[in-house]
Amino acid sequence: MTGPGTGPVTIPADEVPFDPTVGWRKSPSVALRPEPFGALVYHFGNRKLSFLKSKPLVAVVKALEAHPDVASTLRACDVPEAQHPAYVTALATLSRSQMIERRTP
Amino acid sequence: MTAVLPQRPTGGRLIDQFEYGLDAPICLTWELTYACNLACAHCLSSSGRRDPRELSTAEAEAVIDELQRMQVFYVNVGGGEPTVRPDFWHLLDYAIGHDVGVKFSTNGVKLDKQRAAQLARTDYVDVQISLDGATAEVNDRVRGTGSYATAIRALENLAEAGMKDFKVSVVVTRENAGQLDEFKALTDSFGAQLRITRLRPSGRGADVWDELHPTMAQQKELYHWLLANGDGVLTGDSFFHLSAFGEALPGLNLCGAGRVVCLIDPVGDVYACPFAIHENFLAGNVRSPGGFQRVWQTSDLFTELRSPQTGGACTKCAHFDACRGGCMAAKFFTGLPLDGPDPECVQGYGENALAARDLDLVTPKSHIDHSHKGPVRGQPTLLGMPSIPAKICDESPLAGLDLR
Ligand code: SF4
Ligand code: SF4
Repeated sequence: MTGPGTGPVTIPADEVPFDPTVGWRKSPSVALRPEPFGALVYHFGNRKLSFLKSKPLVAVVKALEAHPDVASTLRACDVPEAQHPAYVTALATLSRSQMIERRTP
Repeated sequence: MTAVLPQRPTGGRLIDQFEYGLDAPICLTWELTYACNLACAHCLSSSGRRDPRELSTAEAEAVIDELQRMQVFYVNVGGGEPTVRPDFWHLLDYAIGHDVGVKFSTNGVKLDKQRAAQLARTDYVDVQISLDGATAEVNDRVRGTGSYATAIRALENLAEAGMKDFKVSVVVTRENAGQLDEFKALTDSFGAQLRITRLRPSGRGADVWDELHPTMAQQKELYHWLLANGDGVLTGDSFFHLSAFGEALPGLNLCGAGRVVCLIDPVGDVYACPFAIHENFLAGNVRSPGGFQRVWQTSDLFTELRSPQTGGACTKCAHFDACRGGCMAAKFFTGLPLDGPDPECVQGYGENALAARDLDLVTPKSHIDHSHKGPVRGQPTLLGMPSIPAKICDESPLAGLDLR
């Protein structure tokens, strides 16, 4: 397993693609429980459980709210440039399961 | 156990991480009472009579407060029959009010129209109705006369009240293994979801396991049925030993006992798994200083269980990665070594191991038995059983968890 992945997700055909150029945040219905390998993610609305498999990814998810877009969040969290695409993929997965959501300006 | 425990790896697969345990359980079963109106032949917790030492309402609330602090986001509530506790509905609301969702298992005895409507209005609660036969004839032989009718009435009430996503929970036995399609049709007719789990030789299940556990041919059919129907059916990941037939079944293929799974029993004792009510798997009690959190995080037993298996016959098996040697409780209560094959090992090693057991072997018996002592109305006819009580047999190690 490479990258910070959260596992494969099937994308419904009518899904809006993930847009990393806008502001995001952890959904208010989501709780993160720290675990030795990262965090357990629980969505109180859809009762879905998933996992963040690295601590840096946990930091990124928490930091999203404070930055205008994904790239600046990743830079602020000191994620090496080469890993940015992997993080964007992981965040896209999280957005599909509604763990993170677009901030309304 | 070795003095130096292996270190948790960084990164890698989640299943490898889970072997080292989590800071709080994912699949916590909480049995609220040993009391039950039924006397099922295979009850995993040998329930029947209430224990006078059961947690009081205030103590149960304190456990919920602690689960909230530990961020245990939901619990599987069972028993005994949890709804016969007079404070059951209060504790349900209390838990939900404290961010601890509740999935509870019941034989349906208290689910009249009014309760069904109440449940349908409540967010954050899941109901599982136990049914061990798709027909009254098959069901009532193990669960007792009238128990099929009770369960069906509860299902009707829930469906009529507009309850969403309720479950029909089936323990697969030799007698109902041929009814899987019928179970599916019955469940669909109520707009419910089917959940099937494995029979383990735990509690009174030990007394009937030889007679009731599925045959090898049935296991094979079940495996193919799961591959074909798996998407629409929940299993609590309880059939992972079947993965050794070939293709891995979806879900967590790992014994989660003490790692991601545990049981709090009605008197507050914490066991590694709901199917392991035996002093060997008792880690502590929620009433002791430090409460549940200390037991979960620091008990010697759980620390010991949180390491990958490195020795034993199974580690040399080609299917070990898929099957991981199967279920700890099933091995223990059939008197097999914990690092060897599961008694239902699909490669046949379990049967050999069972046959090779010492003739004088006395299988481990739990000293915890709350079975009814006198006759019980409608008691199961299986084996012409004397008088024994009932229970919903299944909290799910890791039901419905998306682990991909
Ligand atoms: S495999 Fe058996 S002992 Fe392990 S968690 Fe599941 S039921 Fe319990
Ligand atoms: S020998 Fe052990 S690992 Fe191999 S299939 Fe049997 S129970 Fe599973």
